[in-house]
Amino acid sequence: MVAALHEICGAGSSLNDDAAATLFVAGIAARLGSGSGTVLWIRARRDLFAPALAQAGLPPHRVIYADCSRDEDVLAVFEEGLRHGGLAAVVGEVGRASMTATRRLQLAAEDSGTMALMLKRWRRNGVDPLALPSAASSRWRIGCVPSEALPASGIGRPRWSIDLVRQRGGPAHHWIMEGIDEAGRLALPAGPSHRSAAADRREAPVRNVA
Amino acid sequence: MAQALGLHPGMAVTQARALVPELDVRPADPQADMAVLVRLASFASRRWTPCAALSGADGLWLDLNGVAHLFGGERRLCERILRFCARLGFEAQIAVAGTTGTAHALARFSGQLITLCANGREVEAIAALPPAALRLESSAIGAARRFGIESIAELIAMPRGPLARRFGNHLLTRLDQALGRVGEPFDPIVAQDPPSASLRFVEPIASAEAIGQVLGDLVAMLMLQLEQRGLGARRLDLICDGVDGSAQKLGIGTAGASRDGPHLLRLLAMKIEQIAPGFGIEAMHLVAVRSEPLAPRQMNHSLGYKDSAVDLPPLIDRVASRIGASHIFRSSAVESDVPERSVRNIPPLTEPRQWPLDWPRPARLLPHPEPVEKVIAALPDQPPLRFSWRGETHRVRKADGPERIHGEWWKHGGEADAVRDYFQVEDEDGARFWLFRRGDGVDARTGDLRWYIHGVFA
Repeated sequence: MVAALHEICGAGSSLNDDAAATLFVAGIAARLGSGSGTVLWIRARRDLFAPALAQAGLPPHRVIYADCSRDEDVLAVFEEGLRHGGLAAVVGEVGRASMTATRRLQLAAEDSGTMALMLKRWRRNGVDPLALPSAASSRWRIGCVPSEALPASGIGRPRWSIDLVRQRGGPAHHWIMEGIDEAGRLALPAGPSHRSAAADRREAPVRNVA
Repeated sequence: MAQALGLHPGMAVTQARALVPELDVRPADPQADMAVLVRLASFASRRWTPCAALSGADGLWLDLNGVAHLFGGERRLCERILRFCARLGFEAQIAVAGTTGTAHALARFSGQLITLCANGREVEAIAALPPAALRLESSAIGAARRFGIESIAELIAMPRGPLARRFGNHLLTRLDQALGRVGEPFDPIVAQDPPSASLRFVEPIASAEAIGQVLGDLVAMLMLQLEQRGLGARRLDLICDGVDGSAQKLGIGTAGASRDGPHLLRLLAMKIEQIAPGFGIEAMHLVAVRSEPLAPRQMNHSLGYKDSAVDLPPLIDRVASRIGASHIFRSSAVESDVPERSVRNIPPLTEPRQWPLDWPRPARLLPHPEPVEKVIAALPDQPPLRFSWRGETHRVRKADGPERIHGEWWKHGGEADAVRDYFQVEDEDGARFWLFRRGDGVDARTGDLRWYIHGVFA
């Protein structure tokens, strides 16, 4: 599944879910290329905070950023990065991409063996970014859910709802996972049966969309 | 000015400070001085004379043989050069003489801006100058002073045999050079034209295919030249001469010195659509405006071993030519605790610096901190219990903090007392925010206790 296009978006239109999707992508990219490959990160908006990527396992010497203002530029640079073949992964922040564009990216990823991670961002109009059809191998929704309460006051590891909406040749799936650590690794929570009520509440609408 | 205050070159700084307490002392940078001098020499060799050379660390030789009349005579040329130097901010003294030694002596010791010395009058011209004007070694100058020799005239009058015994042969050579008895070769700085390739056409061309074909030939010709000179191109200019006398210029840049023909051709081909052929193009020139030394690189010799260093420059060039070179970059740390100042964009092939990883930082940082409303929080150091942002009210379930960040008074005077207390809070849906309060909650000078949101965590 490395040489393929994957689409990731936030579970809801809130900036928090978007941040969770961002770090989910950063964690995958951090562990690719045996933990040392260069990642091309194509940004459409200027709100990505690079120190957070460093804390997710992507130190500054592993990331090259490209700022594009239009989706066409993002897709063109995306494909350029995939065709280069020497990168560990290419991450593109895209608003909308047509079926043709995603098929091009999927083919480019297959040819070069570079993982393509398309981070779909919610627009202001509230249209689901995964509503359009796409040639991606897998599509994911990442959202925040309440984390485990610590015995003392303070904040522990974040907890995400990870929803594999669609994958080529496989069923959809859903997990509640602990957010990524400093090396970009996710973890299973200690006891899945002790899931909080709020997490279940969040789950229901997601299943319907999928 | 400095001499009037009693200062002279070679003086100890402490001594100079004792004389002039408010002296502005700057460290000498001989390499930069020399670089400026070399640039000036190469400019002179383009503009005024084909033959220019460095003279010591503070002067230039210009060979005016057969060029002075082009500028209206030697004096007019000297005035012109002085004006040029004044525009650059340099003071200069010029001497024109038939021998290098005389010119050197007069330019430094005559005390006039322009000194012209007619041919055959070198002896009179330098007779009154001190022996130091002859470019002697310091031991010879000291010896001359001990013998009470004050001027070159006295040296000329002495018999040569004893002179050589007392002061060494070096003095005789210098004296002969000044008087024109011995020639003095000098090493001219030749201005190098940038590598370029040109093609002229019998029939004007206008189609994209034809232009692409010509580009391929031009690049091949240019690569040959670059290879011979051991250079790699950093910036190429393509100039198309139209039939109607117009000229169009297109440029491409590369992130690192490159002699990779297909790669440069691909970059140029992306610009073909910007060429407006008009009535046709009758000549095309490709010039490597900026180039850097590029030595051949050793190839990896072992079979099956994968080169770990990824060849990034071609990718960066291709992306940069599409979205602009300033839009592809790396992020590097800046030594600042203020979050919005801690990131800096640097060119993509430079080595960035890492941030400290001790404190949590949000994945998405708002461009500007946004005020949050309806905050309920206990002073002085408790996180908010409730806040409202973008019309939504969030009840805080868990919180961490504060992380106190002080204003950088050494950069911005207005921040002398400013304090931000940052809190990481989680609401009942699990959404995490990065809030801060202006002020430390005790001293009113540190801030007005208003709450802002600066970023969101995952």
